[in-house]
Amino acid sequence: MKKEFKVIAQIIQNNKRVLDVGCGDGTLMEYLKKNQKNDVRGLEPKKDLVQQCISKGLSVIEGNAEKELIQFPEKSFDYVVLSQTLQAFIYPKEVLNQLLRIGKQTIVSIPNFGYWKVRLHLLFKGTMPVTTNLPNEWYNTPNLHMCTIQDFVNFCNNKNIKIDKSMCLTNEKISEITNKNMKYKNIFSQLGIFLIE
Amino acid sequence: MNSNTKNIKKLIIDQSLQLDCGKKIEGFSLAYETYGNLNKKKNNAILVFHALTGDQFAANINPITKKDGWWTFAVGPGRAIDTNKYFVICANVLGGCMGSFGPTEINPDTNKMYGTTFPVITIKDIVKAQKFLLDHLGIKKLLAVAGGSMGGMQVLQFVSLYPNMAHSAIPIACSASHSAQNIALNELGRQAIMADPNWKRDDATPDKGLAVARMAAHITYLSKQGLQEKFGRKLQDKGSLKFSFDADFQIESYLRYQGSAFVDRFDANSYLYITRAMDYFDLEKQFNGNLSCAFENTKSKFCVISFSSDWLYPTSENKEIVIALNACGANVGFVEINSDKGHDSFLLNLPEFLKTLGEFISSTYNEVNNEKRI
Repeated sequence: MKKEFKVIAQIIQNNKRVLDVGCGDGTLMEYLKKNQKNDVRGLEPKKDLVQQCISKGLSVIEGNAEKELIQFPEKSFDYVVLSQTLQAFIYPKEVLNQLLRIGKQTIVSIPNFGYWKVRLHLLFKGTMPVTTNLPNEWYNTPNLHMCTIQDFVNFCNNKNIKIDKSMCLTNEKISEITNKNMKYKNIFSQLGIFLIE
Repeated sequence: MNSNTKNIKKLIIDQSLQLDCGKKIEGFSLAYETYGNLNKKKNNAILVFHALTGDQFAANINPITKKDGWWTFAVGPGRAIDTNKYFVICANVLGGCMGSFGPTEINPDTNKMYGTTFPVITIKDIVKAQKFLLDHLGIKKLLAVAGGSMGGMQVLQFVSLYPNMAHSAIPIACSASHSAQNIALNELGRQAIMADPNWKRDDATPDKGLAVARMAAHITYLSKQGLQEKFGRKLQDKGSLKFSFDADFQIESYLRYQGSAFVDRFDANSYLYITRAMDYFDLEKQFNGNLSCAFENTKSKFCVISFSSDWLYPTSENKEIVIALNACGANVGFVEINSDKGHDSFLLNLPEFLKTLGEFISSTYNEVNNEKRI
């Protein structure tokens, strides 16, 4: 399991209800169910991945978060997880509002567009950045709304979203983001992981 | 209909059953079939519900029609519902014509078939009757309840009536309340039967009417694309149009065959009663307009399955079930299977569908057995 999921799993307490939005093949869900006795549900738009999940005994619903989140009652999950997908929605703000409505807490991870390799790529090559975390070209990327760690934190502050935890990931190394190291982390982190409510 | 149903398995239910219509029945028969063996823990039983024109012979060869059972692709040794592993039960619905108490039964008071004097039955009555069978077999908790179309409606009614009796529930290509379009299509079939001069006669059966009903219904089980690909405008055993009303086109000939084969195995009045039961099905109304309340106490894990080209029970209607389940926090998974075969998809050999079905049941089976060990 990738490091990002390990970090997310550590944030989630045992025996809690979790909704994994864009759960993919259910790797994180399976881990949470087996190791932390979490009651997990998933939402995934790709049929083949949904079928894989159901085959594993994971309760996953086929559907797009932009349309399907409305059906879940308020605070019906202890945690809602959204891993590296926020930037791919047409209306990320609305999706985020739904996540915050459904979950008592929400875990969001974002690929950091402020990462130094991304900055240098644009600066020196003058073309849209392609990195390990952002492997697509400009014309086929699913990412419509890229942001930096700083952008996301600013957004939360503006919208009165409480950030309970902010972590960042660089080359499999995890560390905490604080007010002091924010500028630094915004340059040297590949991924930001936030626990918000 | 010329089926001899004398030698099939039947349970005579001594208790009385209060029907939704107000009448009470007792000492009635329920014909059923089982496949595989019930294990010692009695935790491997799966109740399969048949659709409108199905019967208890889900697997193997149907001993009456000598044709494959209606769900042989799904039920059998090594199949998705593996009879080497599970004990599969399927009963002919109340009102049916394969040995269960229905309009073809002789009324002891008149010595004639019940015909249209048979009480109107509902999906709830149909499900309650099958509960007697489970009691008779000594099964307290099923591994799964599964069914497509009207079988799916029975799944929903079952978990609503008995929220703690099934570890898992698989409603396939169905709806929680019959749509206006589906009522309309059923009414078309019923009117075809009733328009046949042989209907309600002692010395004849309304075969023409029933055949037309079946032909119309059969079209609704397919999809436009499926029909076009299979038949197109191909002619039946001829090189050119005959300028007559014979079956020039293959699709006409196919439908005529479907109609005539159907009347050999099905009773017209059963068709009236069962389609009525489907029309009356409105689980939402049973719970005062809130479908979620139907599932409030359910302990079952759900897997809702729909098919992309099914316009009779479209994905949107299946999703209503998912939404209601989510609203009450039930454990639910949902997938729409890509298929151009229309509503009939659930009866066909579609690998993606059968794989999902089989692996979902198998994962439930493993969970149930692991729980027991702890």
